[in-house]
Amino acid sequence: MTHVYASRGVPRTLETIGAWVLGVLWLLPLLYAAWTAFHPAEFSTRFVLTAPLTLENFEKAWAAAPFARYFLNTMALVTTILAAQLVLVTLAAYAFARFEFPGRDILFALVLVQLMVMPDVLIVENYATMTALGLKDTILAIGLPYMASAFGIFLLRQTFKTVPRELDEAARIEGCGPLAVLWKVYVPLARPVYVAYALVSVSYHWNNFLWPLIITNSVESRPLTVGLQVFSSGDQGIDWSIITAATLLTAAPLLLAFLLFQRQFVQSFMRAGIR
Amino acid sequence: MFQKTIRRVFAFAVATLALTVLPPAAQAQAPVEVSFYFPVAVGGPITKFIDGFAADFEKENPGIKIKPIYSGTYQDTITKALTAVKGGEPPVTSILLSTDMYTLIDEDAIVPFDDLIKTPDDQAWLKSFYPAFMENSQTGGKTWGIPFQRSTIVLYYNKEAFKEAGLDPNRPPATWKEQVEYAQKLTKRDASGKVTQWGLQIPSSGFPYWLFQALAIQNGINLMNATGTETYYDKPEVIAALQYWVDLVKKDKVHPEGIVEWGTTPKDFFEKKMAMMWTTTGNLTNVRTNAKFDFGVAMLPAGKQRGSPTGGGNFYLFKKSTPAQREAAFKFVKWITAPQRAAQWGIDTGYVAVRADAWDTPIMKQYVAGFPAAAVARDQLPFAKAELSTHDNQRVTQALNDGLQAALTGTKTPEQAMKDAQREAERLLRPYKK
Amino acid sequence: MTRTSQWLYGWLLLLPAAVLLALFTHYPVVATFWHSFLSTPKGSRPAVWVGLDNYRQLAEDPIFWQAFVNNFWFALGTIPASIALALLMAVWVNGNLAGRGFLRLAYFTPTVLPMIAVANIWLFFYTPEYGLLEQVLAAFGAGSHNWLGSKSTALACLMVVTVWKEAGFFMIFYLAALQAMSPHLAEAAAIEGASRWHFFRRITFPLLMPTTLFVLVNAVINAFRLVDHVVVMTRGGPDNATALLLYYIYAIGFRFWDSAYAAALTMVLLALLAAAALAQFWFLERKVHYQ
Repeated sequence: MTHVYASRGVPRTLETIGAWVLGVLWLLPLLYAAWTAFHPAEFSTRFVLTAPLTLENFEKAWAAAPFARYFLNTMALVTTILAAQLVLVTLAAYAFARFEFPGRDILFALVLVQLMVMPDVLIVENYATMTALGLKDTILAIGLPYMASAFGIFLLRQTFKTVPRELDEAARIEGCGPLAVLWKVYVPLARPVYVAYALVSVSYHWNNFLWPLIITNSVESRPLTVGLQVFSSGDQGIDWSIITAATLLTAAPLLLAFLLFQRQFVQSFMRAGIR
Repeated sequence: MFQKTIRRVFAFAVATLALTVLPPAAQAQAPVEVSFYFPVAVGGPITKFIDGFAADFEKENPGIKIKPIYSGTYQDTITKALTAVKGGEPPVTSILLSTDMYTLIDEDAIVPFDDLIKTPDDQAWLKSFYPAFMENSQTGGKTWGIPFQRSTIVLYYNKEAFKEAGLDPNRPPATWKEQVEYAQKLTKRDASGKVTQWGLQIPSSGFPYWLFQALAIQNGINLMNATGTETYYDKPEVIAALQYWVDLVKKDKVHPEGIVEWGTTPKDFFEKKMAMMWTTTGNLTNVRTNAKFDFGVAMLPAGKQRGSPTGGGNFYLFKKSTPAQREAAFKFVKWITAPQRAAQWGIDTGYVAVRADAWDTPIMKQYVAGFPAAAVARDQLPFAKAELSTHDNQRVTQALNDGLQAALTGTKTPEQAMKDAQREAERLLRPYKK
Repeated sequence: MTRTSQWLYGWLLLLPAAVLLALFTHYPVVATFWHSFLSTPKGSRPAVWVGLDNYRQLAEDPIFWQAFVNNFWFALGTIPASIALALLMAVWVNGNLAGRGFLRLAYFTPTVLPMIAVANIWLFFYTPEYGLLEQVLAAFGAGSHNWLGSKSTALACLMVVTVWKEAGFFMIFYLAALQAMSPHLAEAAAIEGASRWHFFRRITFPLLMPTTLFVLVNAVINAFRLVDHVVVMTRGGPDNATALLLYYIYAIGFRFWDSAYAAALTMVLLALLAAAALAQFWFLERKVHYQ
């Protein structure tokens, strides 16, 4: 797409160089992780190009902590949260967008509170609540505070509001009840928003750390982030070869997913009209 | 259609969630289960060793299932243990810092081992531990902790660097004065004046109080009283000890500036970034494996006297456990501290085997004969004192940590830093002085 | 639809989300407020009313003030920088520079990596003597410095890590907004003789205001929410130079188990977030230009 104001000649070269330098700088940690993970420990601080490659760091990392279980926990966690969010957020957004009932605006304002006051800052109280509910140290406990997502409600309400009423009425005339209208008309039309939201939600919860750290205690419920931190905690002497191998292992799925789907990623953000 | 995708997301969620939930639920009539949290504070495949211990014990005791849960650093582990206690689901036992004893008692989390120590054999077993390690394990006439991974601080030094500097590689520094002199000879600078090798490195991140306590003891004073209700941070000898450390950085210029990271100190040693380091004897096997040069281990140099705090973790018994679990846990603790095993654990890690008869076992004797450095920490035991331990231990210790870091980064003078720390400690300990 | 059934449907649809929100957002806020006026229960001693004692302790606590100031500098250091960089990256990726796909990937990668994972790598970068930064600086002849172990540089180091992590994420939003801009605008401006910079400042940037507002909200929240790197890299040190509010709350609440004091601290954090929210919406509401 040629842009009217695209730079040419020398300025363009300078810009390209600048952008590339920044790009390389940005990738540096990942590059370093790749270097260290694939070379023996002696080369973790020395960058000798002829150093031998090895996979033993990955073997050691995989054996040193139950990463398979951590993976499973994290997958269960993000998909459960996402599934619950999709349901709750859709229903709530539909209510706000298309129904008139007393207290609606006040309730919406209360919902928006969660935009600024995330469960992350309420760790002390939420921890006590979870204990009272008897849910401590479960995957459900990690996800529950996030399932009613104000961000999602806000986004979807906006999107639902832009759906033409004629479609709504047409479906009604055909005999659909409100829920059927929701499922048949609103949900498909909000698809890009759902995709964008899902991407944000998955990456957020895949990387979430502090709350899962507090609420989980055992291997059976720990997600990858907590498992990784416990594994690499500094007191035992930092062995970067193994830590970076573990890092690559835990980051690989998201990285791969992004590599494969980056175009859709950006496009869904565009279409979602989040601006 | 989009709806299909949504349905697939749900199916996936349910499937993965089920996978995580079902297997434990499928477990029917289980044997007595003893779960315990354990930290790792030294290099090496410690988790593997602990798992190995659990497996071996289970083989000999089929009715008991041991569940070790690795939980990070000592600080992480006490956090997790107390979290579990407050949540109503504590482990049966755990390896926690010996200094957490008062905190655990105050939180009503643990029970003493005395009720389980009934037979004469058991009593002999209890008496076999080194008294230095029992100082942080007993209070009020009861035994609350059983020593397991205990240590003292030792001085590791690079023998090749000694030779290069014209020092006798078999004669490590024995006094504070010698330590400074040696360090000055060992500090190498390049043409531009930048230091390429420091003389001495004492880590100060995370828990500088432990290393500092050695300096205080060497200067003739310990940091707290025996019942954990008073601290002595602002006594002149303590301030003088801190001044010695600060001088190493500022005056003698043989020690790196700023806060030195505990976790990277062994690596710094391997990389020859310094010639002498203070760290736990628990890193001994790690150093032996990874140092590609001849190195020595020595007792810490004497100020007015030799000295080091003890360090490391004890086994504790948690209150909310069934009698069967307590018996099982007690059995495990006795098993794991048997002379043979204590010796093997000491050899594999560098921790001090916690009982004298462990040092008399053939494997240990052989090991020490071939590697005399292994006995240094034990030989230092007569000079070892109890580690800093008070009520509200984490917080009282943190006050000291902050003060030490302030002095080492030059924000406060040693005197000011210690006075502030003492004030904070007194405020925290007031409710416990009854 | 009848009014009653509207009400009924509205409330029922809202119910599940409302329950969870009340339980994990609104109730905790109220409970925190209440608990900040009580003492911490310990062992057998129950909590008692202590009025403003916790707040008094807070006002006299040098570490709290340090955390407060740290967080302020942290926000100041990371928010403008990450937003500006995000915008720059978006402009670059949106343009016709060579290797756009690679650039987009490079800029966004930090976002998909868990902070915990990369914090250790950054720890190596900052290690004195033989860390990556030191090696690079040594090549230029500069001296050695204890980056994370000095009070003067530790927080700045963490800020760098944060900007590195956040900029790519915000870039995506700007990118989407830029691509949604009509090319006619640029053509019209070019015909009028506007310079590139003029076009950006007078047309592009104002049109991006909704995005900027959105990104700003996120950045502010993250400046208070993200303490993972503190946990891994410095644990609040040296001497609390990198203690941030949420980290201090975590230490007080879960290492020292002083839940009442943690509640008071949380109230301060909540007040800050509320103030930030109000300030943003009020201030930028006047400047936002919706299409």
